[in-house]
Amino acid sequence: MSMLKVEDLCIKVHDRKTTDTLVQDVDFEMNKGDIMGIVGESGSGKTMTALAIAGLLSRHDMEKSGHIIFEGINLLDIKRNVLRKIQGNEISMVFQEPLNSLNPLKKVGWQVEESLRIHTSMDKNEMRDRAIEALRDVELQNPEAVYESYPHELSGGMRQRAMIAAAMIIQPKLLICDEPTTALDVTIQAQIVELLKRINRERQTAILFISHDLSLVNTLCERVIVMQHGLVKESGLCDDIFNNPQDEYTKKLIAAIPKSPFGI
Amino acid sequence: MKYVIKKLLTTLITLFAVSALVFFSFSVIPGNPAVSRLGTEATPEKIEKLTHEMGLDRPLPERYGEWVLNILHGDFGKSYSYNQKVTSLLSEKIGTTLILSVIAIILTVAVAFPLGIYTARKSDSKLDVVLTSLNQLIMAIPSFFSGILITLLFGFVFKLFTPGAYVSYKVNFLRCVGYLFFPALAIALPKISMVVKLLKDTALKEANKDYVVTAYSRGNATRAVFYKHVLKNAMIPVITFLGMTFADIIAGSIIVEQVFSVPGLGRILLTSISGRDYPMVQAIILLLSVFVVISNLAVDFMYRAFDKRIRV
Repeated sequence: MSMLKVEDLCIKVHDRKTTDTLVQDVDFEMNKGDIMGIVGESGSGKTMTALAIAGLLSRHDMEKSGHIIFEGINLLDIKRNVLRKIQGNEISMVFQEPLNSLNPLKKVGWQVEESLRIHTSMDKNEMRDRAIEALRDVELQNPEAVYESYPHELSGGMRQRAMIAAAMIIQPKLLICDEPTTALDVTIQAQIVELLKRINRERQTAILFISHDLSLVNTLCERVIVMQHGLVKESGLCDDIFNNPQDEYTKKLIAAIPKSPFGI
Repeated sequence: MKYVIKKLLTTLITLFAVSALVFFSFSVIPGNPAVSRLGTEATPEKIEKLTHEMGLDRPLPERYGEWVLNILHGDFGKSYSYNQKVTSLLSEKIGTTLILSVIAIILTVAVAFPLGIYTARKSDSKLDVVLTSLNQLIMAIPSFFSGILITLLFGFVFKLFTPGAYVSYKVNFLRCVGYLFFPALAIALPKISMVVKLLKDTALKEANKDYVVTAYSRGNATRAVFYKHVLKNAMIPVITFLGMTFADIIAGSIIVEQVFSVPGLGRILLTSISGRDYPMVQAIILLLSVFVVISNLAVDFMYRAFDKRIRV
């Protein structure tokens, strides 16, 4: 049995009169240790899919149908308090904008520890040790200082590393990254991708990587889903799709990748 | 530490500026204290003699310097109309106004915060709709008018206090507080409704921010998200507003004192202005501005303790 199985996922938003379909008939499976990418332009439904899996779409005007089966449980029809035991514990998330995603008034260490505080009964010192270890693990220099600092005192790359440390501190089975590198500059982007690769290799954490950047997905992921207008256009191994795209939209996306003058 | 020193220094400079403003503005408004003391029928010679005795014919800067120096020694001069020391005339009235303001401030904070939190947490519930409309109404009623209503309702209908029967805090502190509770309520009501509205609005705005989604993604329950993440962020604009409100309460208590016949700074300020009693007026205004400046200083410190990003 696969770890995560998404079947016929549909997400609709009801306005007063009209109904918008944001995601339609999305199907895919992930196993332990998989790295999968979802690629698409803005409005393609990729973030909605990710949020639905993380259990973060709870708006009253939204209607979700289909199945999101994680470890044998359908996340779409369990109670909120059961879902909360999975959130941050077995499924963690890293977001696009690390500055906005961190609470500006809380110390970074407090935020990194949060999942431990919610899901375990560790005491303060244990949590602090674990948090510093997690910060060191995401290759932050001087983790003790980072632990004591506020988000605005860190650089963008450091903040995103701290976010990853917070997401990884409790060793989730699935890490969802929603455009985690989009707000960062290119060199930092590459470092974060390397970090995610290493986490996946060492911990066997499955990673669902959402991005609009096809080449970035190609460097990180084994498999990819291409989405447009809420529909899956194409899915399969990265290598196949890159070298032999079948769908018109995928072809356009690949053609849009800027060619490096050095021929990489 | 450097921040604290800098802040205290600017406070001192502000107070000096205020003292100069208070002093010189009263020398430009029309009216001669000697005339108001002797009456309009006094002969010019008599007026000139009294003006000289009061030292009012000396140059302004000299009088200002003397005034400031005396204040630094704790001497605010003598009242023209009562012929007593200003400090002894004012000491009890300052206490009264301060007690009134403090009760109003405590009331504002103690009622507005739970209510604001409640309406933010239960926004769109039926009770919230009722509270919000009621809030809108209370915000629109000025303190002196709600003061009259409170006198009528609590004083004459429910007989919870006897209007006009103020007891000095020197005689019976508890009864004094019991009386001042009602004028304080009149002062606090519009402030409470403003703080409730502000707290609710900022909390709802904060609830849409990205860090809230992060908090949920870690498995926080709605309650924990609100109290551990949203509330502190929503408090920042509220603290700013409270700072202004405290100043407003202190200065605004003057009018409500009239409604409830509380012998605070308000009444003596009005009679002193009409009597051209400069030493009294200057002392009262200076004191009020000291209260305002100090409350602002306190808010600035509080602000910084809350949000490390802020350097006021």
